Amino acid sequence: MFRLEKTFKNKNQQLLNVYFTAGFPALKDTETIIRSLSKSGVDVIEVGMPYSDPMADGPTIQKSGMQALENGMSVSVLFAQLEKIREEVETPLVLMGYFNQVMQFGEEAFLKRCQAVGVDGLILPDLPLSVYENEYQDLFKKYDLAPIFLITPQTSEERIRKIDQLSRGFIYVVSSAAITGNSKEISPEQVAYFERIENMNLRLPRMIGFGISDHQSFTTACQYADGAIIGSAFIRALENGEGELEKTIEEFVKGIRNKPITI
Amino acid sequence: MVSKRKHVKENSTIQRFNDSTNEQLMINISKEGYYGRFGGAFIPEMLHPNVEEIRQTYVEMIKDESFQKEFRHLLRDYVGRPTPLFLAQRLSEKYQTNIYLKREDLCHTGAHKVNNTIGQILLAKRLGKKRIIAETGAGQHGVATATVCALMGLPCVVYMGAVDIERQQPNVSRMKMLGAEVRPATSGSQTLKDATNEAIRDWINNPEDTHYIIGSVVGPHPYPDMVARFQSVISEEIKWQLEAATGKPNPDLIIACVGGGSNAAGAFYHYLNEEEVRLIAVEASGLGVDSGESAATSVLGTEGIIHGSRTLLMQTPDGQIIEPYSISAGLDYPGIGPMHAHLIQSGRAEAVHITDQEALNAAYDLSKREGIIPALETAHAFAALDKIEFKKSDVIVVNLSGRGDKDLNTYIKHLG
Repeated sequence: MFRLEKTFKNKNQQLLNVYFTAGFPALKDTETIIRSLSKSGVDVIEVGMPYSDPMADGPTIQKSGMQALENGMSVSVLFAQLEKIREEVETPLVLMGYFNQVMQFGEEAFLKRCQAVGVDGLILPDLPLSVYENEYQDLFKKYDLAPIFLITPQTSEERIRKIDQLSRGFIYVVSSAAITGNSKEISPEQVAYFERIENMNLRLPRMIGFGISDHQSFTTACQYADGAIIGSAFIRALENGEGELEKTIEEFVKGIRNKPITI
Repeated sequence: MVSKRKHVKENSTIQRFNDSTNEQLMINISKEGYYGRFGGAFIPEMLHPNVEEIRQTYVEMIKDESFQKEFRHLLRDYVGRPTPLFLAQRLSEKYQTNIYLKREDLCHTGAHKVNNTIGQILLAKRLGKKRIIAETGAGQHGVATATVCALMGLPCVVYMGAVDIERQQPNVSRMKMLGAEVRPATSGSQTLKDATNEAIRDWINNPEDTHYIIGSVVGPHPYPDMVARFQSVISEEIKWQLEAATGKPNPDLIIACVGGGSNAAGAFYHYLNEEEVRLIAVEASGLGVDSGESAATSVLGTEGIIHGSRTLLMQTPDGQIIEPYSISAGLDYPGIGPMHAHLIQSGRAEAVHITDQEALNAAYDLSKREGIIPALETAHAFAALDKIEFKKSDVIVVNLSGRGDKDLNTYIKHLG
């Protein structure tokens, strides 16, 4: 069975999805970070492909991306690093990047390579739903990849239904109208929005992202979805981590989970 | 008699502008906003409702009579339109031909940019927006946006590359005096590209109350088309002004500089289907097209996505956007509007490339020869006169898109 679907089907705790920027802090850290996240019990790993002009990302992820590019990261380097990852790691892997990167690699070549190295899904925030539907849907199916789309508080019900139909794996619920890295308390308006989405009884599971930074925001978000996504806070932990990468990651994940949450 | 005729003509330009916006587009643009293979709206979901709202309302709004009335009124009484079309006799003598200057430098705020900001501020009001953001390179669009925000009493935030803030100080001061907040973009090359990224991020964070006034024919559909329509008043006026001056509405050539390409879009717009009119798009080649320090997108660019549209852009094989270079902050952009990418690739427009030094020389020459100090961006268009062959009988229009006060420091520094 498809790794992502299996993860949601067999879940026995709130699911944690952690984002990191490939090539950061150092070019060769990609495999170590994936292995450590997997070992620490992270349920979905989102691998960011660093981009020069990441318009949907906040300053923390932007900065890590610039560093990664300086370190020599590229789409080809990343694929080479992921080549053997499936020999050790079963955790679903989702690539996050911008559509221009896919275009320049060649759309079909990119998707084919994703399947070959064992990537499960793609988050391409600037690939519009209509372009996906008309031009790339068949290719995603051919290479067995999950297109993961975002919804926001402003997304209409009709459009959410359409996204639910066209996506696979899970729906990325943007917690507020904000770019990544703005950590705020979860407000009553956000709760109302999460509940509205919950009551739509969508086909796919949902993960809440943007503004999730610690145990408290993670558990709050998880009350309204199947799991939550943490990005900028993890990048900051990697930046500030003084010891071994593995240790930093293990402690970070523990800190988010705090204690095992059973449902 | 002469003055009476002139008066009639002036009224008729306003009328014709109204008519033209009610007509079908002068260039084929698809429902999804494609010019040929370029355009579209590659935006994150967070911007979808905003862009969709504009897409659904802008054509209807531009056609609306009350909008037209207010727009025309402001263009005439506030901006000072129509701007003159001036026969530059000494320049014509130099090149042994007939050169007319479309004096967009005489618009209020000193450049063509205000044509678009007037249109978009009226749109923002109709959409009920309470806050305005903009990006700026040379500062002309920032000033034009700050100006209309002051006029309408709306708060204004302008993103400007930290490097551009340094080299265009006078415009920074103008924006501040007009009540706008100027926020430096400190990422990447700290120029126009990065200012645009920051403005987009601001819009993502403030989707409900904010309208983003993009200053060029770039960005997701419908911006390129909307900005081109607002700027099309330039070629609308050239048509009747040239007819009055020469008996024919069509010149042989129109020359305009292109960064994103808004002044060129306006100057070309009503001639797009007039095949006998040669359209010359002048790009900044910085230290030279092959120097590695250039902004000559039409030759150095490949197809990709920048700021929400599919167009030609300068990028690495890995799809990372390359930081461009030009002495001119307004042309220092790694992309080009999708309309221009299409015009150049299809052969309808010709691209000419001008270096920093050629532009500076042209600026000094125009100043002494015609008593007009052009903006550095505009100086590139004048330098193109040295690169193009034309006949003695040709009628040439150079779009004098902006005045050069903002560039005095640069001009003085390089004068030696």
